[in-house]
Amino acid sequence: MSSRRSRSKQTGGSRITDDQINDLVTKLQQLLPEIRNRHSDKVSAAKVLQETCNYIRSLHREVDDLSERLSELLATTDTAQAAIIRSLLMQ
Amino acid sequence: MASVITNPVTNTNSDRSKRKKKKKSMIKENQQSQKQNHTRWKSETQQQIYSSKLLQALSQVSLNSPASAPRGGRAVRDAADRALAVAAKGRTRWSRAILTSRLKLKFRKQKRPRGSTASVASITGSSWSKKPRFSVSKLKPKSLPAVQRKVKVLGRLVPGCRKQPLPVILEEATDYIGALEMQIRAMSALADLLSGSGAAGSSSAPPPHSPPPTSQ
Repeated sequence: MSSRRSRSKQTGGSRITDDQINDLVTKLQQLLPEIRNRHSDKVSAAKVLQETCNYIRSLHREVDDLSERLSELLATTDTAQAAIIRSLLMQ
Repeated sequence: MASVITNPVTNTNSDRSKRKKKKKSMIKENQQSQKQNHTRWKSETQQQIYSSKLLQALSQVSLNSPASAPRGGRAVRDAADRALAVAAKGRTRWSRAILTSRLKLKFRKQKRPRGSTASVASITGSSWSKKPRFSVSKLKPKSLPAVQRKVKVLGRLVPGCRKQPLPVILEEATDYIGALEMQIRAMSALADLLSGSGAAGSSSAPPPHSPPPTSQ
């Protein structure tokens, strides 16, 4: 499997080693909360990538929800502006 | 003779020591930069920097055009993304892509008058809209294993990484995830602050003033 992967990579032009890819995949694996909690080290690269895609989509959704909430809070003018000024002073 | 011999010896020694010092400092810098890349989005100072930039961007959003059609939720999201890209200091591709895409949108809106594109499409029929697209994946369907396909999907999720090779996408994704997590932390803290103060009125006492971190 690794030899096939290296062949397909070489057609792209630059030499990218499998070790580099595995390194990056393990780095991603450390960031994902779900896989980090499981004690299995043998997680396939496809699984890690799938979890990464799902995680990024959920993070996007969370940011969208938070921005909706923030826009509603900012719509109430006076208290919001006072709070913003106050938080700026506190920082 | 002795002086001639000793001079190059001392020179090479000093050169070697200089090179060793340079190598050591470069190695240390590389290690520090790697560590910084891992923990960059988790530091408190980074979050504070982002929060202040976010507040600036948000104050501009709310003052200009309140209550546009989607209630400004999309505008808040765009402002937050822009502030995040600025906080990344342009070192990553996704941050540069976010910042340049905003400029492209502005230029496109100015150039295209509203009615012309619709009329062109209606006159020429569907021939203009349907461009025959030969996708590159059709060339070698068998040599695309699951990993490649998933990396392509990932490349579409991370802004600015659609045509990048695999290790670039993976690196960008790791940084992007850290940045998104920090964005969520900062925005939720801000939302709690606003909602908390809004609910309790202005009676909440401000927390004790903490000295800003001087180091780093």
